[in-house]
Amino acid sequence: MLTELRIAGFGGQGVILATHILGRAAAVHQNRFATMTQSYGPEARGGAASAALIVSDEPVLFPYVSRPDILVVMSQEAYTRFAPEVKPGGFLLVEEDLVRLDQRAQGLKIYGIPATRLAEELGKKMVLNVIMTGFLCAITGAVGPEAVRKAVQESVPARFRDLNLQAFDKGLEYGRQLLERGPLTIENSEEVPLESEV
Amino acid sequence: MSATELHVHNPVEDLLRQDRIPTIWCPGCGIGTSVNSFAHALLKQDIDLGKTAIVSGIGCSGRVSGYMNLDSFHTTHGRAIPFATGLKLARPELNVIVYSGDGDLASIGGNHLIHAARRNIDILVVCINNMIYAMTGGQAAATTPGSALSTTTPYGAFEPELNLVQLVDAAGACFVARWTAYHVVQLERTLEKALRKKGFRFVEVLSPCPTYFQRKNNLGDALQAMLDYKKRSRIQHGCPTWETALTPGGPIIVGEFVDREREDYLTRMRKQLGPHYSEFPPQLEESEPEGCSKEC
Amino acid sequence: MHADPRTVLTGTHFINGDAACCEGALAAGARYAAGYPITPSTEIVERFAARAPEVGGLFIQMEDEIASSIVIQGMVWGGQKAFTVTSGPGFSLMMEHIGLAAMTETPVVFVDVQRGGPSTGLPTLPSQGDMMQARFGSHGDYAVIALSPNSPQECFDLTIKAFNLAEEFRVPVMFMMDECMGHMTEKVVIPPADQIEVRPRRHTTRPPGQFRPYEPGPDLVPEMAHAGEGHKIYVTGLTHDRRGYPSLNAAAQRELVTRLLEKIRRAAERLVMVETDQIEGAEVVVVSYGITSRVALRAVQEARARGIKVGTLRLICVWPFPEKLIRELARKVKALVMPELNMGQVVIELERCAAGQCKVIGVPHPGGTVHDPAEILEAIERGAQ
Repeated sequence: MLTELRIAGFGGQGVILATHILGRAAAVHQNRFATMTQSYGPEARGGAASAALIVSDEPVLFPYVSRPDILVVMSQEAYTRFAPEVKPGGFLLVEEDLVRLDQRAQGLKIYGIPATRLAEELGKKMVLNVIMTGFLCAITGAVGPEAVRKAVQESVPARFRDLNLQAFDKGLEYGRQLLERGPLTIENSEEVPLESEV
Repeated sequence: MSATELHVHNPVEDLLRQDRIPTIWCPGCGIGTSVNSFAHALLKQDIDLGKTAIVSGIGCSGRVSGYMNLDSFHTTHGRAIPFATGLKLARPELNVIVYSGDGDLASIGGNHLIHAARRNIDILVVCINNMIYAMTGGQAAATTPGSALSTTTPYGAFEPELNLVQLVDAAGACFVARWTAYHVVQLERTLEKALRKKGFRFVEVLSPCPTYFQRKNNLGDALQAMLDYKKRSRIQHGCPTWETALTPGGPIIVGEFVDREREDYLTRMRKQLGPHYSEFPPQLEESEPEGCSKEC
Repeated sequence: MHADPRTVLTGTHFINGDAACCEGALAAGARYAAGYPITPSTEIVERFAARAPEVGGLFIQMEDEIASSIVIQGMVWGGQKAFTVTSGPGFSLMMEHIGLAAMTETPVVFVDVQRGGPSTGLPTLPSQGDMMQARFGSHGDYAVIALSPNSPQECFDLTIKAFNLAEEFRVPVMFMMDECMGHMTEKVVIPPADQIEVRPRRHTTRPPGQFRPYEPGPDLVPEMAHAGEGHKIYVTGLTHDRRGYPSLNAAAQRELVTRLLEKIRRAAERLVMVETDQIEGAEVVVVSYGITSRVALRAVQEARARGIKVGTLRLICVWPFPEKLIRELARKVKALVMPELNMGQVVIELERCAAGQCKVIGVPHPGGTVHDPAEILEAIERGAQ
């Protein structure tokens, strides 16, 4: 099994760390193969940020992701740029307060989460990325939640450990509940909702 | 009496690689004179000469390292200072001296000169300034004064010269001095003092180049150069370095200009790192492999 | 001897190639480094700058790459293991000092995280365009060793190897990464220190007065002494004799330059580091190195699915080139296919060694990304015809 995923947003949202946590979980704690790449250069500073991860049971050969199975977007710009690349029938996970969907999401399994708001409820906006990792675990099953939980623990400074674990659990829980209700989909020529109605 | 019996031991001999003598330097050149002062200054230190390394770049003065009976490093053009920096950082107990020329240290190596002074690397730099590229045949240098002639400035130079002592002072050197090849005693005393000091130290030695600079500019022979140095020199210790520019025919301000206390690089590094720095005693080997010293 | 446990970050990590290279250097015993910031290599020394004080070492950021490439040689002659890291433009500036290290037989490692060139080129995108420069970039005749990792794990393992080879042969070793490798994050397992072989310096046991710094040993490599040990060594970039004294004549030049080349040439067989798969009975063998070897495997799998007998040969040590191996292989196959992220560099050496015995098909790429496996597949199919 080989899963390609991309997480994208804007600088400061912790896109890189979120991807790193997932990669570490798969490689170190699930003993699978994981290859992470990220965008570098001026556009990675302040503007758009994106990282990609391939998780596989076989050694990963080709390092780059061009058609992800899973796309996590936390900004409109990231959505606009990367949504068309997702494989048909793939997962689109969105920060629903920050992304307006359109035809680009057609044919994808869409799940939304107000990650920023949930993070603020926990007291720190910066943990939205970890909420997203929990959410991704629940929705896609691409990486095991226990492995990710361990990776979260190892990847954040000690004084933020509990907060981040709470964030992870929150994302996981939100995802599990949402999963029961099933994805939002945008059908061909359907009117595009202005806001996701999840 | 045979020649051997006549031979009087010169204490400086031990500091020279006798099997490398005679030197390549022309008669009347000031480099050898400066080396004599340097050797005497070294002998008056109670430093371990086995822990003294000398590093040169390329050029006539760049050959000094190879004549000294010390650990000698003859590096690439302009890069003696960064090499010496590496030696000093890796083995702080070494006394590291850079001995090279103006073209090497101040032109191609100018950036390294500035930054070593800024970092206050604990090395002594002796710069022989003959105001010309001599080894390559008399081309203009960054130190060629005024409109002097050289093989690459047949109509005179169109660019002003660099005042080296002012440059290194501005960059933060903690000891800066200038003498000429005429001032052998003063030079020796200054080098003695400089060798004892910690931090980046710079001693400029003006030297005649009878073969190129003197000849090209009708300045006479080496003796004439000495008379000229004697006539034009003004000893002004502590003189602000911005008042020490060399001008054709003008006074040559010599002396010890800067003597300030500044923490050298390694001292500052250790202090700033505090508990983040771990001493690293050599690992105790289970059994020492053959052909391998403690340095492994 | 084994690595010093105090420098080894034993454990299972998820780190990028740059970080792995830094850990490899520390495990190999290098506690000193110098560099000048340049993408995409900087992460190596950023990590090293944080790690070095913990082990009594240091990183110094020099004023340029010229200084970086010689300050490390001062560190080596001061008794330490040291290295510098850079990328294309900085690598160009370091060339004179690669020659100095070769000439003075200074064991030192240059890490080049290759990016698209020429000139400023593509600072954040990959290339393998410095391969010939790594071999021939400095003036004059000399030999170096160049290694090419294809995973962050190898960035760790082979960095140690690079230092060990530098010590064994007293040559500058080029560690040829690329942007993709440097920035790619994967699992890296760092073993316990007692499982890491580290080559100590070939330090002389002779007392001062009886040591000649450039007296060749049985394998043509001289023993070494450092500054401050009483040997009063003489080290020069000029052509020198066995004492290290300048000796500016044709005979001394012949003796010295011949030995500098010969010490590597003689060990060439031992320096062959390749990974092969299914080359027995193959019609086509894909020869590649670094990141390209992984991309090529995708094409190879597809070609095999189409019934073509394809083998792979990955160069781990690119210089010296496995001349004999290639010559023998060329006799048995229809074609050798070499994809590389440059417009045709190592393929020139491949052609020379194949010497017309089989087709040699280069798959050039100007860099900026990796090959599309389809391009390599197309070359394999052409080779099989």
